Amino acid sequence: MTRFAATFAKPRTALIAFITAGDGDTAANLDALVAGGADVIELGMPFTDPMADGPAIQAANLRSLAKGTTTADIFAMAAAFRARHAEVPLVLMGYANPMTVRGADWFAAECAKAGVDGIICVDIPSEEDAELGPSLRTAGVDLIRLATPTTDPARLPAALEGAGGFLYYVSVAGITGLQQAAQASIEEAVARLKAATDLPVAVGFGVRTPKQAAQIARVADGVVVGSAFIDIIAEHGDAAAPHVEAFTRSLADAIHGAKEIAA
Amino acid sequence: MTASQTLPNSLRTGPDDRGHFGQFGGRYVAETLMPLILDLEREYRRAQADPAFKAEFDDLLKNYVGRPSPLWLARRLTDHLGGGKIYLKREDLNHTGAHKINNCIGQILLAKRMGKQKIIAETGAGQHGVATATVAALFGLPCTIFMGAVDVARQQPNVFRMKLLGAEVVAVESGAKTLKDAMNEALRHWVANVHDTFYIIGTVAGPHPYPELVRDFQSVIGDEAKAQILEAEGRLPDMLIAPVGGGSNAIGLFHPFLDDAGVEIVGVEAAGEGLDGKHAASLAGGRPGILHGNKTYLLQDEDGQITEAHSISAGLDYPGIGPEHSWLHDIGRVRYEPVTDAEALASFQKLTQLEGIIPALESAHAIAAAERIAPTLGKDKIIIVNCSGRGDKDIFTVAEALGVEL
Repeated sequence: MTRFAATFAKPRTALIAFITAGDGDTAANLDALVAGGADVIELGMPFTDPMADGPAIQAANLRSLAKGTTTADIFAMAAAFRARHAEVPLVLMGYANPMTVRGADWFAAECAKAGVDGIICVDIPSEEDAELGPSLRTAGVDLIRLATPTTDPARLPAALEGAGGFLYYVSVAGITGLQQAAQASIEEAVARLKAATDLPVAVGFGVRTPKQAAQIARVADGVVVGSAFIDIIAEHGDAAAPHVEAFTRSLADAIHGAKEIAA
Repeated sequence: MTASQTLPNSLRTGPDDRGHFGQFGGRYVAETLMPLILDLEREYRRAQADPAFKAEFDDLLKNYVGRPSPLWLARRLTDHLGGGKIYLKREDLNHTGAHKINNCIGQILLAKRMGKQKIIAETGAGQHGVATATVAALFGLPCTIFMGAVDVARQQPNVFRMKLLGAEVVAVESGAKTLKDAMNEALRHWVANVHDTFYIIGTVAGPHPYPELVRDFQSVIGDEAKAQILEAEGRLPDMLIAPVGGGSNAIGLFHPFLDDAGVEIVGVEAAGEGLDGKHAASLAGGRPGILHGNKTYLLQDEDGQITEAHSISAGLDYPGIGPEHSWLHDIGRVRYEPVTDAEALASFQKLTQLEGIIPALESAHAIAAAERIAPTLGKDKIIIVNCSGRGDKDIFTVAEALGVEL
């Protein structure tokens, strides 16, 4: 059983936590996320031109790059995380150019070597799958696809082709960290997506509080929180870990119990 | 390489149905934008098949833009250089002062067909922003222009023009605060407003079908030049020269001549302070990569992080280039040469003094290449240089570079 399968087989909604690699003390923050109860980790690969990200994650990208974070550093962080946490699924999330610059085969092999379970690439839609997808699948790394409010039913099968891990529903047409989608629209979308795929469906973009997360957790298999963690790291810098852990716990408590309360 | 043996029958058939020119181009966008890109392509195909669309486009180009733009024989420049005969394609005489308006007319007609209510655009030097604000005013649509804060500071006259035209100008503070960052911010705005907003991309870059449709709208430059040179000289030119940032004026001039094997084609990249220093020459100093929706040559480091471009010309200050240029470079049909800030500055003054034409700094790069090449050609040779824009917007930058206080 893959780490994703084991995680989503549990009878509770998963907390998927995003932080940017190299922004703050990444190793300590990753440990804090796990200690606080995060079920899946998304580690952002910083890029100079994060076109899909709002101000918080843009700033995190620039802070990380200003410290000199390289792709080799990110794989080292990932491998060290895997050595410390054997069971927690780890996803690298980022943009196409840093992932493909040395060739997709190289990137996929490095992911496999570092114990990375899945990849989210913001700017490779299914139409351009050949750029990265075949190499990842050969290496046994899941390519996690995105669906959005603009993904119409006719396109959904194409968007799901070659997808693995879980399906990431981007709940607002927009950039990370700003608006929040209406609960009703999320529920409708999740139902539609679950009818189209056997993959677990996670919901993200604009989720900032335990209360919001709990609402979404009643219908989704996973809830993604990113910018709210980035804000904590921006505020506390290298000393953010205890704050990250406390916030993670508040989210995990809200999310993990959501389905029981709903039932 | 013998061109006739390695080139396919026509070089004008691209891109393929997935938007690729060889390995370049494509649709590397977030899933949110993908349905819209597909919509745009469908609507563009319908427009291409609709004679009314072309009729309206042609009418606006003639009666609003003032086309055809003249093809001017630059006699004094030709005599001064003592070589090939230099003609200037006078895109600087278009309404709003550059070639950019050709594309904006085409795209706003598409926006109208698609029922979009709002217009956005990115701009570097401000020429595309002014052209977009102009067509938005003409069609009565609200318009937001994203412009790097550094460019806002160095192109104040164009910022004021856009505001007079009723556009909102957003000074982008992220990254290096130039054209690349303006494009990031425009994409961010677009992704959040796809339902009612049309993004008028200003150059032959971005996701398919933008490189294709911008090229098609700009090809009026080359179509006219071909007819004009046949009328003036009774034959095709020996060489074309145009400046290349993203490359829309260049592809517009080049494309109608791509299959004319006897026409040598030269694109001019901005070499800034020189290729070993800060520059904007993506082909000479970059490698293929993925940015802003397409695969193309990019200035980047070994990890694929995009590096900052530099040129004295804000319109060339971009770390990428249109994907069709990357392909034309790789197959060898177009030769791309670098020209530095200093060379462009010298040619800016030379053309002004010899011909009474103040060129845009972008266009001055092409003039500089012509100065380098013309003396090596016989007097019977004919060169067409794209004078892509007028230089009024640049006089403050030029004054500063020359140490003159205005």
